[in-house]
Amino acid sequence: MSRRVALEASHAVAEAVRMADVDVIAAYPITPQTHIPERLAEMVANGELNAAYIPVESEHSAMSTCLGAAAVGARTFTATAGQGLELMHEVVYVASSMRYPVVMAVCNRALSAPLSVWGDHSDAMAVRDTGWIQVFCQNGQEAFDLTLWAFRVGENPKVLFPVMVHLDGFTLSHVTEPVILPEQSEVDKFLPRFQYPFALNPDKPMTHGAFGPPDIYSETKLAQEVAFRKSKEVILQGWKEFGDIFGRYYHPVEEYKTENAETLLLTMGAFTETAKIVIDDRRDKGEAIGLISLRLWRPFPFEEFRRIVKGARLLIVFDRCISFGLGGPVFSEIRSALYDEEPRPKVVGIIGGLGGRDMSEENFDYVINRGKEIAEKGSDRMLETVGIR
Amino acid sequence: METKAVKFGGKLVTTKEFLAEGHSFCIGCGEALAIRLAMKALGENVIMAMATGCDEVTTTPLPYTSWRVPWMHTLFENTAAEISGVEAGLKILVKKGRMPEKNIICVAMGGDGATSDIGIQALSGAFERGHDFIYICLDNEAYMNTGIQRSSATPYGASTTTAPAGKFSMGQATRKKNMVAIAAAHDIPYVATACPSYRFDLMKKVRKGAELKGPAYVHILSPCPTGWRYGTDLAIKIGQLAVQTGIFPLYEIENGRYRLNADPPKLKPIEEYLKLQGRYRHLTAEQVQRIQQMVNEDYAKLKEKVKASPL
Repeated sequence: MSRRVALEASHAVAEAVRMADVDVIAAYPITPQTHIPERLAEMVANGELNAAYIPVESEHSAMSTCLGAAAVGARTFTATAGQGLELMHEVVYVASSMRYPVVMAVCNRALSAPLSVWGDHSDAMAVRDTGWIQVFCQNGQEAFDLTLWAFRVGENPKVLFPVMVHLDGFTLSHVTEPVILPEQSEVDKFLPRFQYPFALNPDKPMTHGAFGPPDIYSETKLAQEVAFRKSKEVILQGWKEFGDIFGRYYHPVEEYKTENAETLLLTMGAFTETAKIVIDDRRDKGEAIGLISLRLWRPFPFEEFRRIVKGARLLIVFDRCISFGLGGPVFSEIRSALYDEEPRPKVVGIIGGLGGRDMSEENFDYVINRGKEIAEKGSDRMLETVGIR
Repeated sequence: METKAVKFGGKLVTTKEFLAEGHSFCIGCGEALAIRLAMKALGENVIMAMATGCDEVTTTPLPYTSWRVPWMHTLFENTAAEISGVEAGLKILVKKGRMPEKNIICVAMGGDGATSDIGIQALSGAFERGHDFIYICLDNEAYMNTGIQRSSATPYGASTTTAPAGKFSMGQATRKKNMVAIAAAHDIPYVATACPSYRFDLMKKVRKGAELKGPAYVHILSPCPTGWRYGTDLAIKIGQLAVQTGIFPLYEIENGRYRLNADPPKLKPIEEYLKLQGRYRHLTAEQVQRIQQMVNEDYAKLKEKVKASPL
């Protein structure tokens, strides 16, 4: 029988890693990620988890150690946040290009300077082009579920890509919530053993990581892109099977009260749940408004996204990051994804929730009101923001 | 695992080559020879991680490879972290019964830049954590792969493209970073220097480092005809002179105990070593004298350590 327990979201991630019977964990502590490696180290120390816990000397080495472990066929996990993700950036690229299915939880954090340990999506946006499958969580249950699912999808021999599970620093990572934990037997049914087809072994010598001269580099990158886009089939299949076993179904774009919605608000991550309260309120008052949340950030779910927003007249995109000189990165991607669509909603973008700045219901009310205003009259501001003085 | 061996110079050496022919090392490269010998000493029951550098780009242009053993490369500065993962991964998979115990030797290799500059943090971390692996530093005393730029391992007085000799410059004005001492400061079980001119000594040390439990570090001086600017037939001779003049002594530190492996009764003058190499061509007599003085001091310090080591 599954159990419903109170768990901090970070510990829910650790619990999923334990139930996945991970082999190697290499991690370096950074706020707000610390509760994940701490809990895992504790599990290994207590014998609750039979794994190698490697307390490396940096995030760069955390990811590098994961690559070495994955290369010999070990199931590997790491977690980081903000600056840590930035420090390991070049290794993050290598993981996907070398098809090592590492799973990493990222407790999203702002980037220096000024130093901020608090949450936003700047770290996630800085790694959006690294070739990792990336998903965003809204709550502790999703943090557990998607971590488990990440191993299953990444390690699939048709996929072999690393998977990043984003959970908002503090506003999700440090929140204690009820989480349903499944039976180990159910987990084992969902998650087969990792059988890496290219494991380094003296019995069958292989070369990993030869360099790409100009006459072959382009072909390797195209092959990677083709394989990466194809991974979506396994991503969807993984979610279907997850739902069939555990009863919770996930989708590339999550919809909330989108039926006949003229206006749609788009969010990612934990603030989605706050926004839902505002949507409820407005729906009660008869407003044709709904909410969509991007669950799958990479590979970008063009098909589902276009289908869902097709009937709306206005799409308001809420970003927790500034791409300097451009605006909201999610907003610009969304607008680009819709450019060829006919009909398409008008798309406006508003930025907020930076460096741990809270987003209240009132703030989301402002986002919606201001979004509608911009759609009608246009904007004369350089950048549309919310909750910023 | 047993392969055919031939009697050569009184020793048994495998006839197998694990670094295959067809690589693109420069003619007369001391590093290629060092790797070839090290691989013979290690055998085929290995997994290798190699840093970006000469040895990586000369052996693995996609879709080709010169490696007859399992080999991986990802980046420049992370090789020691990578081998940490290999070692920990193998260990836990054996422990969990997912693979048979085969006592695979974990080997990491990198150049002097990958070791004493950009990769020193990852290496220090791996030493401190005590992974069971051997790290081989192939020291050709500059960033040769990118075109002879200075590193912290470039010796005093050598001219490189980023610390060139000139009207106001003697080339490298700093002393070579003592990477061997840094490795030894981690109190790891085995640290040694080697040079391909002394092939049996080199193979013996690599083997010993691989067999000992815990981290081992072997620092190999790898003469570079391209960067040091000498004739392509001189690598062996230059390596011999490096040892005979005392600028690169052959020694090992086993569990803290120092031992000199070649201790000539009288060191040759350093000039004999310097004058064969274009990188030192600009040095004045005074500067050569200064280098001689440094060599004498360093050698004396080393002998003190040997003397202080219990037998």
